[in-house]
Amino acid sequence: MRKVLTGGRVIDPSQDLDRAADVVIEGDRIAGIVAPGEAVGDAARIDVRGKVVTPGLIDMHVHLREPGFEYKEDIESGTRAAASGGFTRVCCMPNTRPAIDTAATVRFVLERAAQVGAARVHPIGAATRDMQGDVLTEMAELKAAGVVAISDDAFPLQNAETLRRVMEYCAMLDLPLLTHNEDRALTHRGAMNEGYTATVMGVPGMPRVAEDIAAARNILMAGCTGCRLHLLHISTAGTVALLRQAKQQGLPVTGEACPHHWVLTEEACQGYNTDAKMNPPLRTPEDCQAIREGLADGTIDCIVTDHAPHAEHEKRVEFDAAPFGIIGLETSFALVYTTLVRPGLLTLPEAIARMTVAPARVLRLPDGAGTLRPGALADITVLDLDAVWQVDRDRMVSRSKNTPFHGMELQGRVVCTLLGGQVVPVERPE
Amino acid sequence: MRHLLTLRETSESDIRFLLDTATALKEILQRPVKKVPTLRGRAMVTCFYENSTRTRTSFEMAAKIMSAEAINIAVAQSSVAKGESLKDTVRTLQALQADCLVVRHPSSGAAHFIASQVRIPVVNAGDGRHEHPTQGLLDLFTIRQIKGELQGLEVAIVGDIAHSRVARSNIWGLTRMGARVRLVGPRTLLPADVDRLPVQVYTDLRSGLEGVDVVNVLRLQTERMEKGLLPSLREYSRLFGISVQSLRVARPDVLVLHPGPMNRGVEISDEVADGACGVRSAVEEQVTNGVAVRMAVLYLLMGGGGMSGQD
Amino acid sequence: MDAEDVRRALTRIAHEILERNHGAGNIALVGILTRGVPIAERLAQTIQRIESTPVAVGRLDIGLYRDDYAHRPTVPIAPSAIPFDVTGKQIILTDDVLFTGRTVRAALSALLDIGRPASIQLATLIDRGHRELPIRPDYVGKNVPTARQEHVRVLLQEVDGEDRVVLRKPSG
Repeated sequence: MRKVLTGGRVIDPSQDLDRAADVVIEGDRIAGIVAPGEAVGDAARIDVRGKVVTPGLIDMHVHLREPGFEYKEDIESGTRAAASGGFTRVCCMPNTRPAIDTAATVRFVLERAAQVGAARVHPIGAATRDMQGDVLTEMAELKAAGVVAISDDAFPLQNAETLRRVMEYCAMLDLPLLTHNEDRALTHRGAMNEGYTATVMGVPGMPRVAEDIAAARNILMAGCTGCRLHLLHISTAGTVALLRQAKQQGLPVTGEACPHHWVLTEEACQGYNTDAKMNPPLRTPEDCQAIREGLADGTIDCIVTDHAPHAEHEKRVEFDAAPFGIIGLETSFALVYTTLVRPGLLTLPEAIARMTVAPARVLRLPDGAGTLRPGALADITVLDLDAVWQVDRDRMVSRSKNTPFHGMELQGRVVCTLLGGQVVPVERPE
Repeated sequence: MRHLLTLRETSESDIRFLLDTATALKEILQRPVKKVPTLRGRAMVTCFYENSTRTRTSFEMAAKIMSAEAINIAVAQSSVAKGESLKDTVRTLQALQADCLVVRHPSSGAAHFIASQVRIPVVNAGDGRHEHPTQGLLDLFTIRQIKGELQGLEVAIVGDIAHSRVARSNIWGLTRMGARVRLVGPRTLLPADVDRLPVQVYTDLRSGLEGVDVVNVLRLQTERMEKGLLPSLREYSRLFGISVQSLRVARPDVLVLHPGPMNRGVEISDEVADGACGVRSAVEEQVTNGVAVRMAVLYLLMGGGGMSGQD
Repeated sequence: MDAEDVRRALTRIAHEILERNHGAGNIALVGILTRGVPIAERLAQTIQRIESTPVAVGRLDIGLYRDDYAHRPTVPIAPSAIPFDVTGKQIILTDDVLFTGRTVRAALSALLDIGRPASIQLATLIDRGHRELPIRPDYVGKNVPTARQEHVRVLLQEVDGEDRVVLRKPSG
């Protein structure tokens, strides 16, 4: 069955494409991109006049919580939230219970995703067993089972010797290592950025230098071992500068940023708002600015969400006791469009590149992920750039509501996604 | 004013009201029969997640003098040990018809959180390193009583500023009432971005005490040393201990406060603690004044319709 | 009542106090804040003029003893100042207007918490009726029959800048 998306503006950064065009789909694959109205034959027409058509968005950093924490989120609800946010692929972090540290867990996640997923799921494997930082996982088996990367997210490797061995293994297996950059000796009881706001609130702080030191060490070790390194959720100006420098030196290092780290500052924590508590923490206006610049000049390759659902009973507690993390899948594109594209920091194709082809390249995702080239899986996102809407924590598709963007007015919204040529409608809970 | 959570968020007029009321109520403490019927039939519940016999007893005295019931929840032995959340605990206390909750908690912001969960007034009796507003008020009260007024006074707060809720409440309360505040302590015990607070910062005791009217000496927790923030108590005492000698650069009528309990020989010398050698120490008056200030707080918060003439 | 009426009423009350207590020897005056205080002070001056004996005067704030604390806004508490031992004294409690009797009830409690007077007598410039408690004044400047909704305002030089008593109908 042939389908044609007609009348849209097609943006595909993988082929430097931004023009009015129709996208032709044959079965579950892209057949081609043709001039408006040129597609012929008995095709089902999907009218996307006035809308933007892009490769399916990819979020390479989410927490789907299954297995083990299904009360926060599971693969079904998490991928539905992803689809509602325009994502057709997500990469899930290994801090589940059990952790994604064996081939069996990898296969479980992939099977669940195939059964119930509203988006494709690529698991990320743990670097050490149960993320304890001691014994390496069986990475070759993890890779064979389908992981696209190795990560120590949520449990950053502190021991440089362990880090070295993990990197050597990753280099051998040609898997990228994704690191959460934090020197825990400097942050141990911290719950927010160290600075004036934390001082007034009396909350133990996490200094920015704790991220920079760990990022610097990880970059140096990547240079030493030849491991492909990807810096997760960069939150400081210092780490942006380190990444820029590493790239200038030709090191195999990439990086990503989350919207909250350039949109919000530590002041969002005022009033002990646990929905603004995450790790790395919200920083300062200077850090936000550096991240925006890093995205604009290409230093930061990818935009991700670090979607980290937590239940109300976990977040509605004293600030110290609340878990780190916020949800982000359903607000990501609108935040990018409202805070980066509309002010002119990034063009729309540049922003789409950081949410499609860039993560596909960092992780070398299969099946033409992040492109609309003929033969690629027909994973497509349709966007309405004119829609203005207000974030409402009580109308989230995600099982959790922990967003710091509640009440914010944003522009740009997802109309629908296509997954393998099939339309996945966006849910709008009442 | 519905709760007393911080001095930072308490207006000058509310502070003044509380200090004036405490002045009036202090007279009751001097009577042979220390009791007025004002809060008869009301119940104040104290819920202390950290031990503090001094503060808790002070609140209990204040409540009982005002004829309120004072009920203490022994947190360690109660539902907390069974894993009950703070939210459920305080909602239960409210359902038991408590009229006011007085809370001490090791987590900064806990009092704010509790206030968001209940309809009854909440008094912060110390939350983490955030604030200890009744201690701040009693320090203001004591200084005002002895010095006449707060406006224009030069007050040094000396010691572990970083971990001190007393310091934070003092900074906001004193500056709001027109005093100038200096913070004095070693760099490792000063909080991040301390120079953005409305204070002057000193890491040298001598210059920090020069010409001051009041010195508020903070308690040094000995575990600070174990965590590597200080080399030794001996050196701390030599660099930052308040003694007759170190007070020589202050004004001759300098007043010394300490929130207690004191580590004699560490942050404060025996002579200064006891008010010997001509030093004006107000440590014991602070304790008495604490009861008067807490009576004023309970009077204000447990009333029927807020404050007269204000909203 | 105008200023002259007020003066005459207080002079008469001073005489009645002296007569009833056989002189000024063991009496002390306690004014209920706010307008009971100038009344106590004026009575004390008059008594002193008549007897040439100084009479002690105290002031009493009854805020802590009110029975409507739960229902009304919290009022500032002024310091009570009773600069003498009330025990064994004939205490003359003074107020401007006697209405329901609840203020006097609170004042009696407050006084009895301070000590044990030999007796407590009550003097008021205006008695407007409508008692809610079994309280009766010993000395009255003027009985003013009123409707319950009406307001009686006593203005005194020391507080209000003039001496006058006004009766106001409820507005609206």
